[in-house]
Amino acid sequence: MKRHTIAVIVNDQPGVLQRVSGLFGRRGFNIESITVGTSEEAGLSRMVIVTTGDDKTLEQVIKQLYKLIDVIKVVDLSANPMVGRELALIKVNAEPAARPEIMGVVETFRAAVVDIGTHSLMVQVVGDTEKIDAMVELMKPYGIRELSRTGVTAMIRGNAK
Amino acid sequence: MVAQNATLRSKEEIKENLRKPEVITGSEILLRSLVLEDVECVFGYPGGAVLYIYDAMHGFSDFKHLLTRHEQGAIHAADGYARASGKVGVCIATSGPGATNLVTGIATAYMDSVPLVVITGNVATTLIGTDAFQEADITGITMPITKHSYLVRKAADLPRIIHEAFHIANTGRKGPVLIDIPKDVSAELTLFEPVTEVSIRGYNPTVQPNKLQVDKMLKAISEAERPIVLAGGGVVYSGGHEELHEFIIKSGIPITTTLLGLGAFPSGEDLWLGMPGMHGTYTANMSIQSADLLINIGARFDDRVTGKLAGFAPHAKIVHIDIDPAEIGKNVPTDIPIVGDVKTVLQLANKDVKYAAKADAWRAQIAASKLEKPFKYQDSDEELKPQWVIEMLYEESKGEAIVTTDVGQHQMWAAQYYKFNKPRSWVTSGGLGTMGFGFPSAIGAQMANPDRLVISINGDGGMQMCAQELAICAINNIPVKVVIINNQVLGMVRQWQELIYDNRYSHIDLSGSPDFVKLADAYGVRGFRASTKEEARAAWIEAMNHPGPAVVEFVVRKHENVYPMVTQGSTIDQMIMGDAE
Repeated sequence: MKRHTIAVIVNDQPGVLQRVSGLFGRRGFNIESITVGTSEEAGLSRMVIVTTGDDKTLEQVIKQLYKLIDVIKVVDLSANPMVGRELALIKVNAEPAARPEIMGVVETFRAAVVDIGTHSLMVQVVGDTEKIDAMVELMKPYGIRELSRTGVTAMIRGNAK
Repeated sequence: MVAQNATLRSKEEIKENLRKPEVITGSEILLRSLVLEDVECVFGYPGGAVLYIYDAMHGFSDFKHLLTRHEQGAIHAADGYARASGKVGVCIATSGPGATNLVTGIATAYMDSVPLVVITGNVATTLIGTDAFQEADITGITMPITKHSYLVRKAADLPRIIHEAFHIANTGRKGPVLIDIPKDVSAELTLFEPVTEVSIRGYNPTVQPNKLQVDKMLKAISEAERPIVLAGGGVVYSGGHEELHEFIIKSGIPITTTLLGLGAFPSGEDLWLGMPGMHGTYTANMSIQSADLLINIGARFDDRVTGKLAGFAPHAKIVHIDIDPAEIGKNVPTDIPIVGDVKTVLQLANKDVKYAAKADAWRAQIAASKLEKPFKYQDSDEELKPQWVIEMLYEESKGEAIVTTDVGQHQMWAAQYYKFNKPRSWVTSGGLGTMGFGFPSAIGAQMANPDRLVISINGDGGMQMCAQELAICAINNIPVKVVIINNQVLGMVRQWQELIYDNRYSHIDLSGSPDFVKLADAYGVRGFRASTKEEARAAWIEAMNHPGPAVVEFVVRKHENVYPMVTQGSTIDQMIMGDAE
């Protein structure tokens, strides 16, 4: 089972996310993460979907996506050198005594503290999925109160495609 | 001749008149747009959310509207109309329950790639999302079973949406498109400007095939010793039956046609092997299993055709021609994929295709097998056999009828024993296997072909799922000949329970069915019943010659099974040959 990251350029229409995610569900394709936002062109949205499956499954995913009228283009990003980024907000228990230690981790990861509570810190971290996973692991011992991850957004490097 | 010209002119005049920009309601825009799309007949059922549309239809005569007795009847009729004519079928239903009653029919059309434009009403835009009376999210409900769908937000969008819907439904891989129109949109006044161009950025079906791929196929044909063509509904839908015929004659490749492909190739010709798959011919199945080249033209390798996938056509190089790229490689790994419109692909191939010269021994072997093992049954003079009934229908109608069927044993017997020589003469629910489809689809087929004999073959089970549409046959004098093959049981279910569930007959007894002759009579339709061959032929001839609709019930042997049969999970050469062997 391989991990694939694909970008789906779609018409910015109501119901498009439902069409795309519904297609994955009923065809038995897995969605690991899905992010949607505007694209470089007005009227078009860009979805980045991380899915798992063999190459045959990926081929079917792409072909089935193309059957949706609102899908303009599908790009298999992970077939190319790619930049994939995810953002996470982690609210972690942080009594004043523990804060310097947490700050050390935050600095090492080039993350940022974006909010300070009386007993907690909110950490923002950006990076590929593995980096976020590692950050979360390191925060666990302090006690994670809340965690929110965005899912991956991605692009092919340089001028390729 | 003069009269015909007058009709043509007036039709054009009507259209010319309708094209004039004018401030009208959304409902009027809908009706005008339908006329401009050459819609001649609409099947529907009014209700609260489509009252403006039906109000606009009051006294409107530019197309016919048939009021069915159930929305399911309307959509199956629209489906039958589309399959028998090649045009887009249209139906209208109200919001909520009206719309959800269409779901089975939409799924039926989607599975078999039938072009439909389905118009539903919805509650006013201001009420959408409030659980208003008769509100249902029909675009959401039908998303997995439509090719595309629209929820219209303003009347000004209607001309574009309707034009796009017809374009999407009837191009590429065809299918149903739903347009959901809120009540206030159908009432809204706006300037109507007809749309004639269509430009949908994400939608460009590949019609022209890649020439190199076609050449690869032609080379494979010249090298093959045991080639076979598997042709499906895509041939019929693309209108490529003549090109297919030319291809087969030029190449000399034996051909098997799937259930939906019946009629795509003349059944009387030597190279035709019959239908493959679960209830296919011995020759078709065995030939697929020994072939070294299998050319799939417009079929989708349905599991009813392939049997156990792992053992399907184990020796064959696979060529797959399909307009839908997603079908290629979906079930069966393909060696030579050809994406394109079947007709266009075959036109290109026919320029260079050579006779498969190395396949002489193969052709001889197949011809012998065909003679040795055709479909067989044990006839009886005591009990009426369903296979005999179908053969009799074929003889007496000279094979010229349009046949629609419901789903079950009678469907398979009709596929096996009625021979089709023309496309669009066979209307059946293949993919979804929808009971209740047979009779209303015949009404649509008859509306599309007023001058042809339309026979609707049903079981006693399926007939009771849409029998209420006898009313519209009677009222509109739609002369469908309804056949009921009555074995007083859910026959196909009984067959499976007998063969696979160890004779444990669970809930299949249809005792308590109405007297179908009286039922017909109650609707004002002529009814006949026959239990012997003599009665059967006499009743059928009388029904056929009757100018209006008729119901003929054939009381047949209860314990008859459809053979050959490939049980699920077996490869298609593992056939149970049945009684006749």
